[in-house]
Amino acid sequence: MSSVSPTEIKREFMKSKTGLIGVLILLSLVILSVVAITTIPIDTFKQWNNPGNWISYPKTAAPAWINYFVMEKIPEHLILDNPTVVTKDDVISLTSHQFDVQYHYDDFPSDFIYEINVEYSGSQLLQISLIRPNNSQILLVSKSLPQSDSKITHHERIFSTDSNIKKNIQIHFSEMGFYNQNTTSENMIFANNYGDVLKGNYLFLVNIYGVNENVNVIDSKLILGGKAYGMMGTDELRRDLAVGLLWGTPLALFIGIAVAVGSVTVGLIYGVYAGFKGKKTDEAMMRFNDVIYALPALPFLIILAVTISNSIFLLVGFLMIFSWVGIAKVSRSMALQIKTRQYVEASQMMGQKNSKIVFKHIIPQLLPYAFASIAISVPAAITTEAGLSFLGLGDPTFPTWGQILHDANIYGAAARGIWWWIVPPGMMIAITGLAFVFIGNALDAIVNPKLKK
Amino acid sequence: MFGVLMITLLLTIALVGSNMDIILKQGIVYQVRAEITENPAIAESFSTVEEFDKFIQDQTDQRIETLGLDEPWYSPQRVGFTMYKILILDFGNATFLTSDSGSSNVGDILLEKIPRTVLLFTTATIIISIIGIFLGALAGSKVGSAIDRITSAFAVISSSFPVWWIGMLMIFLFAFTYHIFPARATPSMLPTEPGYILALLYHMTLPLITIVMIGFGTWAYLVRNFMVGTMQEDFIIAKKSIGIDKKKIIYKHALKNAAPPIITILALSLSGSLGGAIITEAVFDWPGMGRLYFEAISVMDLPIIIGATYVLTVLFLISIFVADLLYGYFDPRVKTE
Repeated sequence: MSSVSPTEIKREFMKSKTGLIGVLILLSLVILSVVAITTIPIDTFKQWNNPGNWISYPKTAAPAWINYFVMEKIPEHLILDNPTVVTKDDVISLTSHQFDVQYHYDDFPSDFIYEINVEYSGSQLLQISLIRPNNSQILLVSKSLPQSDSKITHHERIFSTDSNIKKNIQIHFSEMGFYNQNTTSENMIFANNYGDVLKGNYLFLVNIYGVNENVNVIDSKLILGGKAYGMMGTDELRRDLAVGLLWGTPLALFIGIAVAVGSVTVGLIYGVYAGFKGKKTDEAMMRFNDVIYALPALPFLIILAVTISNSIFLLVGFLMIFSWVGIAKVSRSMALQIKTRQYVEASQMMGQKNSKIVFKHIIPQLLPYAFASIAISVPAAITTEAGLSFLGLGDPTFPTWGQILHDANIYGAAARGIWWWIVPPGMMIAITGLAFVFIGNALDAIVNPKLKK
Repeated sequence: MFGVLMITLLLTIALVGSNMDIILKQGIVYQVRAEITENPAIAESFSTVEEFDKFIQDQTDQRIETLGLDEPWYSPQRVGFTMYKILILDFGNATFLTSDSGSSNVGDILLEKIPRTVLLFTTATIIISIIGIFLGALAGSKVGSAIDRITSAFAVISSSFPVWWIGMLMIFLFAFTYHIFPARATPSMLPTEPGYILALLYHMTLPLITIVMIGFGTWAYLVRNFMVGTMQEDFIIAKKSIGIDKKKIIYKHALKNAAPPIITILALSLSGSLGGAIITEAVFDWPGMGRLYFEAISVMDLPIIIGATYVLTVLFLISIFVADLLYGYFDPRVKTE
């Protein structure tokens, strides 16, 4: 094996188109990981499997950008938590939160929820009314908050299915003369006289009236349920897939690179040492290598994940156990060749320590090969982990792309046509793999010039 | 080789043994309790609670002893006994799973699943290797041509896609969007009905296409690389200069010379295919070895796990051996060593 100098590798690598594409993809993945780690705190991400965390998100909503491609605009899921606040202090104080909604979709919203967290004392009246694009005003809810002499915090969710809302709507529309008994409240208030969607500007007014101005609204949120949300949509459990996909990137890179670096390092040292020592040591070490080689890897990985632990860090270790074997074999045969070179023999005769010869004289010769192997073995590690996760053996505290696909499979995403739950995670796995394959192949072609012809 | 087999088995037993014991012991406790609830007379015949508890304890201990569970799983007797039983191909009975016909004998279950896996995965492997060899030979003989580039690019791209994900996409596209193929790979009729074979073939089309699609690129790429090596050898150049037909050179002389490594890979991937891809079978719901393995592991059915591991490892070792023999036959140079 001919040694190639680092500068030569760099020069050759710059010439390889696929290699550069690979580096480019990898760079963007790294940027994505940095974005994920900085913008989405890990605590949020650890709530991935906690349904309570996702309650204000829509169920199986398509990505929002899909509206650019379809004629009938799908209603977007709107979470409005930034109302215009108007306060009036008089004999009767008034705190008014106004939510302005530009509704220009071709379908009705699936529901609406108003969520309030308020601190007050005394008795307060909560009133929600709606001004529609045709300037008619409907009173939706009028209810008093629980009476309290001392200061308390009150949390309440008012759903569109509330019977009071239904009653108020019935009164309003019966007066107008076109009340339809069989539709839901949201379909009624977002409809015109013919039952079609009335597009335009809706204004939700949330008014809190009190005799004394002891009202402090901590949190006020209007959720207009829709069927499209965010960059990547949501899944059956209302989880924002963009969060999962973003956080999957650093995890996949970590798993892939940790396994590849670990197994190549172990394999390299093991193989070189066996080849360098030769004789009985070599024989024994290679037999052990054969045993690991003959073990069925995936079944054993499954057994290990089931019986020992499915922690992501242990999983990295398990994957290493099965992936250093091939590298050990190749580096042993390379070490056998290098061993016979004169400078190695010379340093041996000079009485240099074995470990020093291995690390100073043989391993540096194999480094180009090692880097190529690292790049080539990353995709296998990522896909194997994804496969294990897909079988439901992943680490639930660190959901990966494989686990998203696992959930998709369980909830029958393919059968229900929820493509945004299946395609992006797999694409990410494939793209990440591809980046490393490109880099690896480009390096490999430089290290093994025979392949180039 | 035998040693490798034994070590594999020992490792399997070591990994699942302790969990298995716990599950079995719990099973016995449940069994004893169930018997007492079924027969209230037993409970009534005791005057104190202590006596009653002691009776339950005695019963449980007694049964544990009869099954030999009082010794830990790693005791030489139990491990030795298990190994001996496996060596004479007596895998015993499965703890939870049964074959479709209802038998819980591990041998029966394996015999039922292996043909199905062979049908799907071995067929796929054969198709893959045939396409791969011809495409690879073609690409390798015309280095740098369009076909060579497409093959190489396809190989690189397809190798980084997980087969099971492509499977999901295929199901999504062809089973649910266009309704061409069924989504589940198992036919709904009984094996005795007349149209069964046709139905089975129809059901296995989608998984077969998926596996072949993802698999042949890598094969073609490997064969191409061997071919590139051989095409540079002197005897090929000599034959070219004599003016022998190019097709003849490629398929008769060059391919024959590249055969030894190809055959080794073929033997290994054929035996590898017998394990079925656990995940692929899960996606397509194909009732073969892979799914059996996964089910056995998820319920900790030790006899099946051991039996399946044993069979797979034996087949793998046999194929390594056969590949070695064939290598020597095709490339006599290695024999003289």
